[in-house]
Amino acid sequence: MHESLLSWQRFRYLYIALALAGASIVLYITQSGNTAQPPNGGTWQGYTLGTVGALLILWLSLLGIRKRQYSSNVGSVQSWASAHVYLGIALLVVATLHCAAQFGWNVHTLAYVLMCLVIGTGIYGLYVYLHLPRAMARNHAGRDVNSWMKELGDVDDGIRDAAGNVDADLQAMVLSALDLTRLGGGVFAQIFAQDRCRVQTGSGVISNQGQQALIDELSRRIPDARVVREAETLNELMALFGRRQVILNLLRKDVQYRALLKIWLYFHVPLTMALLVALTIHIIVVFLYW
Amino acid sequence: MAESYHIAIIGAGPAGLSAAGRAAHHDKESGASNPTYVLLEGFSTFAKTIQKYQKGKHVMDTPGFLDLRSPVPFVAGTREAILDGWQNSIDTDGINIRYNSEVTAIEGERGNFSIKTSSGETISAEHVIMSIGTQGNPRTLGVPGDAESDFVLYTLDDPEEFQKETIVVVGAGDAAIENAIALAEYNKVYIVNRRNEFSRAKDGNLNAVLAAINDKSRDFHCFYETNIGGLELPDAPGAAGAIILNTATGEERVECHRIIARLGTLPPRKFVESCGIEISSPSADAVPDVDNEYMSNVPGLYVIGALGGYPLIKQAMNQGYDVVEYIHGNHVEPVDTPILKKKFQGLPIKMPTPEEVLSLYQSKIPMFRRMNPLAFRELIIESRILVGLEPGEFDRTPADDDEHATVFIKDGEPVYQHGEYSTSFYTLVEGEVRMQLDEDGAWHDIKPGQFFGEMSLISGRPRQGSAIAERDCILIETPRRIMVKLMNSNEEVRAGIDRVFIIRALQSAFKPNLSLAEMAEIADNVESCQFKPGEAIFREGEEGDALHLIRSGTVTLSRGKEQLVVAKRHSGEIVGQMALMGSPMRRDTATAAVRAETLKVRRPEFLKMANSQPDTVEKLQDGLSTLLRQTNSMASQPESSRAIGFLMDQGLGEATNALVIDEALCVGCDNCEKACAETHGGISRLRREEGASFASLHVPIVCRHCELPHCMKDCPPDALRRSPTGEVFISDTCIGCGNCETNCPYDAIKLSYQPKPKPSLFSWLFFGRGSGPGEPDSFTPTDASKNSGKKAVKCDACMNLAGGPACVRACPTGAAVRLGPEQFIELVEAR
Ligand SMILES: Cc1cc2nc3c(=O)[nH]c(=O)nc-3n(C[C@H](O)[C@H](O)[C@H](O)COP(=O)(O)OP(=O)(O)OC[C@H]3O[C@@H](n4cnc5c(N)ncnc54)[C@H](O)[C@@H]3O)c2cc1C
Ligand code: HEM
Ligand code: SF4
Ligand code: SF4
Repeated sequence: MHESLLSWQRFRYLYIALALAGASIVLYITQSGNTAQPPNGGTWQGYTLGTVGALLILWLSLLGIRKRQYSSNVGSVQSWASAHVYLGIALLVVATLHCAAQFGWNVHTLAYVLMCLVIGTGIYGLYVYLHLPRAMARNHAGRDVNSWMKELGDVDDGIRDAAGNVDADLQAMVLSALDLTRLGGGVFAQIFAQDRCRVQTGSGVISNQGQQALIDELSRRIPDARVVREAETLNELMALFGRRQVILNLLRKDVQYRALLKIWLYFHVPLTMALLVALTIHIIVVFLYW
Repeated sequence: MAESYHIAIIGAGPAGLSAAGRAAHHDKESGASNPTYVLLEGFSTFAKTIQKYQKGKHVMDTPGFLDLRSPVPFVAGTREAILDGWQNSIDTDGINIRYNSEVTAIEGERGNFSIKTSSGETISAEHVIMSIGTQGNPRTLGVPGDAESDFVLYTLDDPEEFQKETIVVVGAGDAAIENAIALAEYNKVYIVNRRNEFSRAKDGNLNAVLAAINDKSRDFHCFYETNIGGLELPDAPGAAGAIILNTATGEERVECHRIIARLGTLPPRKFVESCGIEISSPSADAVPDVDNEYMSNVPGLYVIGALGGYPLIKQAMNQGYDVVEYIHGNHVEPVDTPILKKKFQGLPIKMPTPEEVLSLYQSKIPMFRRMNPLAFRELIIESRILVGLEPGEFDRTPADDDEHATVFIKDGEPVYQHGEYSTSFYTLVEGEVRMQLDEDGAWHDIKPGQFFGEMSLISGRPRQGSAIAERDCILIETPRRIMVKLMNSNEEVRAGIDRVFIIRALQSAFKPNLSLAEMAEIADNVESCQFKPGEAIFREGEEGDALHLIRSGTVTLSRGKEQLVVAKRHSGEIVGQMALMGSPMRRDTATAAVRAETLKVRRPEFLKMANSQPDTVEKLQDGLSTLLRQTNSMASQPESSRAIGFLMDQGLGEATNALVIDEALCVGCDNCEKACAETHGGISRLRREEGASFASLHVPIVCRHCELPHCMKDCPPDALRRSPTGEVFISDTCIGCGNCETNCPYDAIKLSYQPKPKPSLFSWLFFGRGSGPGEPDSFTPTDASKNSGKKAVKCDACMNLAGGPACVRACPTGAAVRLGPEQFIELVEAR
């Protein structure tokens, strides 16, 4: 019922892509009989492969538009995406055969390299699309993010309450740990799930990665506690910070997954734009110097 | 001596105001020196219901086809403009209105009623018009000085209006908690609870109020087990007063600026019944029975407006006018007469007045014969009249597009077809109709005076079998909403429909070879049962001697310690047949997944039907074997059965079309939500991320197009509709009252302004204009959209898009699918 974009319609576009790649190879081989002109983009076979490649690139780029034409009836976005990934990979074969692996420091090779980058980012994107959702769902442990956020809020409320019963130093430290908690942040912090939580101590602001600084401080103090009630409060705080650590890690992972699912498109799409420009120049140049 | 009037009108809503206006007109004509009528209003000003609408609300004057007949003005406009108009009318006509006069008792009879008010007055009147609406009155604090004032409020529109005050909130329900928490942002708040816990509140509110009480940094305090002892009203407006509390530990005086009491409302029913007016059905939306002139069973006591079952302002006002005319002995032609004429204009035989047609038809239909004529008239106004023509004549007759015109159908063509989602009810007045009970079932003849279509009416499921207009038919097609209202207030109609339903349901399920008389006898011995969601019908391990034929809703069968769901059955299907065909021991527990109704068939009746038709037993046994194989396979896959259990817990047992997202495929791109917004005027009806998940199945917040949609229940203009293909949608007659939003248990409806149209996709892609596809995070409505007001919006399953649901078609990874109930098992087993 739920079908992945790879197996969509029983791998229809996989077979089409294989056929396309196969046909391209056959076409390429037919050039080899000719000793006067070795395989290159200028033979009729080369032109055919080039035209197919250029049209493919145009069509692959159109996904960005089709994806946003919400009342369109031209296939579903899933079928477009399925065709996109298979034909996108087949394009590598088509284009490589088109240029017969003749590279140099020129605009033609630039177009080829850009294409490879687009395809490369695309393959990476496909990889994250196929793997991260499951990991993300598993990370949520059957709850939704809001409910985790809510639990975090409840834990923090509990910490604030308990902090009312400890000495002023520790209270300041505990409250500063709440204030200096960071989730998300810049692109790097998101992608690498960096924990940049800090805490204010008597000797200045230090890192509170994994809430560890605080947990350490609490564990140091517990044996020193003079009254039972104090020990109880410290233990309670420690348990709360332990839970906090778990929830923060989970949320940080969630942010990371979300970022990874998006970030590649910030390469894939601009590179596509660049590719379209380079491709246009490539075609104009070829016809001018014919 | 008590004051005495010709007419006393109770309740100054639109109905009462209009009646008073008309009575004032009569006084002027007759030159009476003192008013011969009085208008008694419980609130401190007129039209409380409308005063309580949100500020600036656009009030609609639906239904458009009805003319207004009232001395008091009313056209669509803002709440303020309408109230000003009414105030003006009260002043210029010198309406004899008395505020703060809640009527608490009416005694006596025509010519000599005695009316008591809360202010201690007794007024006598020859006739009484009751127009108190259905909103009810808030329960008051019950101590002196508790009338609504600046100091004591029974509603709270805008919590931010009050700041830096001490406020006492009385009550422990959701409204009290929500108000208290909102007020605590800027004020010191006490909440007063009569009990020692907040047991009536929703979970979310319960947690919130406990957290607020325990949060020492907040000025939020609670008195448990506390009653109100008295009030000390402030000396000057704005000054502080006090409330005296009887707490568990003694009396306490709390100084405060304001008291917000949220103690619930008292529905008007009890009061109405105490006046001697009969309401024949126990159902909550039952209305009193009145005659052609709005008179109740108490002679001289009239009921009009929302209380009489007419939920719109214009209807209420028209009735106010008419009823005063009737009391004055004038026969006025009701405003809706032209509509009736339109409905009857295509009838083969013409009659001089529509009233004659009405009484002829009513006499022809046994079930409606004893209905009160006004209710029958209303039924016809709301119904379509279908007239069958032979094909040649049909082609020659031009169709009239007017929504009230007679509808022509071709002889031999279906009235409805198998599988169609329609829930209307058909009564045959003349001619002949052929009908099946199953897709391939035998044809039954329907004769004049009989009805059909009750199966879908009751179960909400698509039509089973078709119905074909044979020749010369005249049919009344009544929408479900009207039939439900009628069944809720008229026991005879309810019983009549129920009986035929039972007979036909049994015929369809068991195909017995028995005469109608024998079937009727069996039907008498079959018990109708109702179950709340989660209620058990029978339990594993019990001995049973009956089977249940489901008539509406969905039932799950579960088994074992963990109660794993092994099957789900819906209306028209049978559960518990094993007890009659094998061993009496129940092998599973049957539970209503959503509210459900069943017919309980015991052994003797079952045997009688089964023995009359040997094929049936064989078919039932086959069905049972299939079920057993199914349950067995589910029982051996605990993961699947837990997933089905989860879907049922999410209310999908009543879904006809549900969106289920596979979390293992969803990349969170929100293209589904964007697609929804872009194809539906800029507002997404789908909230992808919200909603519950289990085993990577996610049920987002969006309409599931329920079998019997809760949202359709009290929509005044009947704006919620179901298309023949099953989609539940909102037509543009919505008045934005928000009833549907409240009634949908799945949070699938919201009220929204219309956003501005956006720049095109291309100018966003290439020039970065606008916010791009999808619903903007927030937007300021234009003045035009503010003027037309918030409207209810919900998913319509893209019924107007050729390619089907945009959300599904826009999902790049195939994570979003829409499913019918028959696909759930497949869905979880495929995993
Ligand atoms: C939020 C909302 C929006 C709506 N929008 C629209 C709309 O846009 N267009 C439309 O046509 N309809 C709309 N309606 C429906 C409309 O408000 C009602 O149909 C209409 O008010 C019914 O009029 P009524 O006179 O019968 O009763 P009400 O308007 O309810 O008036 C009853 C009056 O009786 C008084 N009363 C009650 N009990 C007593 C008593 N014991 N003694 C003395 N007085 C008493 C009340 O204080 C009140 O003033 C809306 C309803 C709601 C709730
Ligand atoms: C030259 C070749 C390619 C071009 C020009 C191209 C271009 C594009 C464009 C314009 C988009 C739309 C992005 C957006 O608007 O959100 C897109 C999306 C995508 N591409 Fe490519 N692409 C190419 C090759 C590939 C390849 C080889 C793969 C994978 C094997 C791939 C995988 C994807 C995926 C998974 C998406 C996201 C689909 C979605 O979320 O709707 N692409 N590509
Ligand atoms: S809006 Fe709510 S009640 Fe109405 S059909 Fe949809 S889910 Fe059911
Ligand atoms: S808000 Fe809902 S119930 Fe009210 S009129 Fe609109 S559709 Fe009907």
